[in-house]
Amino acid sequence: MSGDFDVIRPETYLALYGILALLAGVFTIKDRATPILLWLTALVMALMAWWIGARSGTDVAFAGSFVDDGFSRFAKVLILGAAAVVLLLSQDYLTRQNTLRFEYPILITFCALGMMIMVSAGDLLTLYMGLELQALSAYVLTSIRRDSVRSTEAGLKFFVLGALSSGLLLYGASLTYGYAGSIDFAGILAATADGFSLGLLFGLVFVMSGIAFKISAAPFHMWTPDVYEGAPTPVTAFLATGSKVAAIGLLARVVHDAYGMVAGDWQQIVAFLSLVSMFLGSIAAIGQTNIKRLMAYSSISHMGFALMGLASADAFGVQAMLIYMAIYVAMNLGTFAFILSMERNGQPVTDIRMLNMYSRREPLRALALLVLMFSMAGVPPMIGFFAKFYVLRAAYEGGLTWLALAGMVASAISAFFYLRIVYFMYFGEEREVLDRRMTGVNWTVLMVSAAVMLLGVVNLFGIEPLAAAAAATLVN
Amino acid sequence: MLLSLVTFLPSLGALALLLLRGDDAASRRNAKWIALATTTITFVASLFILARFDSTNPGFQLVEQRAWLLGLQYKLGVDGISVLFVLLTTFLMPLVIASAWDVEHRLKEYMIAFLLLETLMIGVFVALDLVLFYLFFEGSLIPMFLIIGIWGGQNRIYAAFKFFLYTFLGSVFMLVAMVVMFGQTGTTDIPTLLTYQFPSESIRILNITVLGGMQTLLFLAFFASFAVKMPMWPVHTWLPDAHVQAPTAGSVVLAAILLKMGGYGFLRFSLPMFPVGSEVLGPLVLWISAIAIVYASLVALVQSDMKKLVAYSSVAHMGFVTMGIFAANQQGVDGAVFQMLSHGFISGALFLIVGVIYDRIHTREIAAYGGLVNRMPVYAFVFLLFTMGNVGLPGTSGFVGEFLTLAGAYQANTWVAVVATTGVILSASYALWLYRRVVLGDLVKDTLRTIQDMTGREKLIFAPLVAMTILLGVYPSLVTDIVGPATQAMLGPVQDAQAAFEAQTQVAQVEEGAGE
Repeated sequence: MSGDFDVIRPETYLALYGILALLAGVFTIKDRATPILLWLTALVMALMAWWIGARSGTDVAFAGSFVDDGFSRFAKVLILGAAAVVLLLSQDYLTRQNTLRFEYPILITFCALGMMIMVSAGDLLTLYMGLELQALSAYVLTSIRRDSVRSTEAGLKFFVLGALSSGLLLYGASLTYGYAGSIDFAGILAATADGFSLGLLFGLVFVMSGIAFKISAAPFHMWTPDVYEGAPTPVTAFLATGSKVAAIGLLARVVHDAYGMVAGDWQQIVAFLSLVSMFLGSIAAIGQTNIKRLMAYSSISHMGFALMGLASADAFGVQAMLIYMAIYVAMNLGTFAFILSMERNGQPVTDIRMLNMYSRREPLRALALLVLMFSMAGVPPMIGFFAKFYVLRAAYEGGLTWLALAGMVASAISAFFYLRIVYFMYFGEEREVLDRRMTGVNWTVLMVSAAVMLLGVVNLFGIEPLAAAAAATLVN
Repeated sequence: MLLSLVTFLPSLGALALLLLRGDDAASRRNAKWIALATTTITFVASLFILARFDSTNPGFQLVEQRAWLLGLQYKLGVDGISVLFVLLTTFLMPLVIASAWDVEHRLKEYMIAFLLLETLMIGVFVALDLVLFYLFFEGSLIPMFLIIGIWGGQNRIYAAFKFFLYTFLGSVFMLVAMVVMFGQTGTTDIPTLLTYQFPSESIRILNITVLGGMQTLLFLAFFASFAVKMPMWPVHTWLPDAHVQAPTAGSVVLAAILLKMGGYGFLRFSLPMFPVGSEVLGPLVLWISAIAIVYASLVALVQSDMKKLVAYSSVAHMGFVTMGIFAANQQGVDGAVFQMLSHGFISGALFLIVGVIYDRIHTREIAAYGGLVNRMPVYAFVFLLFTMGNVGLPGTSGFVGEFLTLAGAYQANTWVAVVATTGVILSASYALWLYRRVVLGDLVKDTLRTIQDMTGREKLIFAPLVAMTILLGVYPSLVTDIVGPATQAMLGPVQDAQAAFEAQTQVAQVEEGAGE
C-alpha cells in the first residue's frame, strides 16, 4: 500500500500544496499577496516538472488504476511547464484587468493536477476523475472575470457543452464496462483480445467522442472559438497548451492501453477526426480578425496534425505526436506572450488589424512573431516544420499516405492566415497603433520561444530520444 | 568545411547587420558596405570550391557529413551539375547588393533579407540530404515573400501572397514524396538514393492503371513542386505578378537564381531518381515545354510593361531548359544546364536594365520611352548586347544553351523541336521590338529630355555580366567541361533503366497480343 502512495507522490504533493494555499488564502492573505502566490505556484510547478522528469521506471498504483510511466511523465513535464509559464504571463494582464484573485493560481494548480491524473489514468474511473477535475477548474477559470458578460458567457457555454461531452464519455464508459466486465484498461484489453462486440464498439465511439471534445477536434470543436475569445487571455493560453496536451495524452493512453487490440477500429476514427480538424481549422481561420478566435481555429488545425501521428497506431506515431505537442506548446506560449501584451490605450485588444506596421515600431518583437507564425505554418527552417515532418512520417509508416497528402494541402491553406499576420505587421500601412508596453516576462517568453523555433533546427534540443522512450512505454 | 563556410557566410553577415543599431545615414551606409563585403567575400571563398573541384570526377566532392535528427544527415557536397550554380549565386549576389545601393526604405532589413536568401539559395545547391534540401528550398520563400511584400510595387501584397502560396502548395507534395522515399529506402542520403531503383511496376489506384507505378507518382509529386518553381506553363502565372511587383534586386534574384532551383531539382531528383517516371511522362513534359516556349513568347509580344515582357521571356527560356532535361540525352541535359546559367546572367541583366530607367523615370510602361539612344549611348549598347543574348545570337551565351537543348530535343522528339524552334524566331520578335520601341527612334518625350546615362556604379554592375555573357558565348566548353562528366555519369543509368522499362512493356504488349 505504501508503494501505491509512493507512485502518486507528485500528485499528492501538488494537491496538498493546492489545499494549503487555498486555506492560507481564505484565512489570511486574501488577494493582497496574490503575486507572491503566483510566483510561488509557478516555482512549485517548475520544481515538480524537474522532479518528475528525473524519475524513471514504470509503476502502477492502486491495482492498475494509476500508471506512472515514461509517457505520462513526458506529458506531465509539458503540462507543468506550460502551467508555470502561463502563470508568469498572467500576472501583469490580470492585475491590469483587476481580476488577479488569489484563487487564480490555485485553480490553475488543480487544473494541472487534473491533467496529470488524466495522462496517468489506468482505468475509466481515474480517467473520469482527472478529466472532471481539470474541466471544472477550467470552467471556473474561464469565467473568472465575473463582471464581464463575455467571460461568464464563455464559462457557461464551456460548462454546458463540457457537461454534454462528459455525458457522452460516461455513457461510453458504462457501455464498455457492461460489455467488457471491467473498467480496468488491462481488463478491457483482455476482453477485446478475441473479438469485439457491438456494444464495445459503441462504447469506444462514445468514449472517443467525449475525449475529442476536450481536444477540440472537429466535429466536436464548436465551443473552442467562443471560449477562447471570452476567457481571459492567460486562461486561453492555458487551454490552448496544457489542456490540449493532457487531452491528447489521455486519448493516446485510452486507445493504446484499453483498445490496443482493436487498433483497426479506432484508427479510422482518429484519422477522420484528424482530417476534418485539419481542414476545418485551416479554412475557418481564414476569415477571422480576432486573434484569439484565430488561435482557436489554429489550435483545431494543429490538433488535427497531432492526431495524424496518433492515427498511425504505432510507437513511432505516439513519438511523433509527443514531439508535435512539445513544439506546439512552445510555439503557442510565445504567441500568447505576444497576444497578452497587445494593448491600446491600456486596454487589451484582439483585432489583428491593430498590428498594422508593427514592425516599424518594434522590429525585434515583430521579427519574433514572424518567426513564430512561419513556424506555425510549418515552413522550414523553423521547427514547426519538423513537427509536421514527424507526423507525416508516422502517417506514411501507418499506411495513411492519403492522410499525409490531405494534411499537407490543409497546411498550405493554413499558411494563408499565418501569412496574413505577417502581412499586417510588415506590409500594411500605419493607422492605429498598439501601445509599446510589454513586461519583461512576456518579452522574455516571446524571445525565448522564437529563438527555440530557430535554434531547434540543430537537434530539437534532444527531445527526440526522450519522446521515443516515452512512446515506447505506452506502445509495446 | 569549405561548403559550410560558403553557405553560412552570408547569414553571418546578416547577423552582424541585425546587431547594427540606428537608422541614420551613417548606419545605412555601414549596412550597405557590410552586405557588399559579405557577398564579395563569399564569392571569393566560392572560387576556392572551383579551384578544389576536380571536373574529371563525376561524383560528389568536398563532401561534409554529420548526423542530424531522425536519421537525417547534415550532408553537403557538389558535383559537376551543382558547382556552377553555387558560383552563379555567389557571383550575382554582390551585383544584386550593388544594384540596391540607392534604396532608402528600411535598407538594413533589405540587406538582411538578401543575405539570408543567399545562404538558403546556396544551401539548395549543395545539400545532399533530401530534407536538408527541402529545408533550404522552402526556407527561401520567407525572405523572398518579405522582399516582394515590403519593397515591392503597387500591387505587392497580392503578388507576395500568390508567390508564397503557389510555391508552398507545390512543395508540400514534394515533402510527402520525400517522406515516402524515406520510408521506402530508410535513408535520405541523395547519393544513395541516386543509385536506388524505385519500383516501377504498374499499380492500380481507383481503377486507373498507373504506368510506371510508384516512380510515376513520385515523379508527379516532385514535378508539382519544381514545375511551379521553374515555372512551367500552365502554372507560371505567379511569376509575372511576382516579377512586376518585386523591387529590381528582388526580380534579379528571382529570375537569375530562384527559378534555377526548379531546373536543378529536375536534374537532381526527377530525372535520375525516377527514370521510368520520366520516361512515362517525358513526352508530356516535352510538349508542355514546347507550348510554354511558343505561348510565353506570344504573350511577351503583346506586353506593355517591360518587366512583364522580360518575365514572360523567362518562362519561354525556362521552357528550353525543361525540354533539354527531359530529352534525356547528353546534348539536351548539358544544354539545359548551360541555358540556366546563361539565363541567369542575361535575364538578371535585363531586369537590371529595366531597373536603370525605372529608377530615373519611375514607370515600366514601354510607351513612356523611346529614343533613349540619343541621351544614353552606353545604356543602349548594354541593352542591345543583352537583347541579342536573349534572342540567342551566336557569340552570346544564349545561343549555346538554346542550340544544345534544341539538338537534344530533336533526337528525342522531332516535332517538339520543330515547334520549339519557332520560339527562337518569336523571341527575336519580342526582344527586338522592345528594343526598337524603347531605345531607337527620336527622343520626343518631354520626360526623357534630361535623362542621364548610366552612372559609374551601374556600369560596374553590368561589366561582369557583359563579360560572362560573351565569354560563355565564345568559349562554352568552360561550362560543358565541368558539367559534361557529371551529366554523362547520370544519364548512363537513366537510359539503361528506361530501355529496360521499354523492353518490358513491349514484352507485356506482345504477351497481351498473343493471349487474345
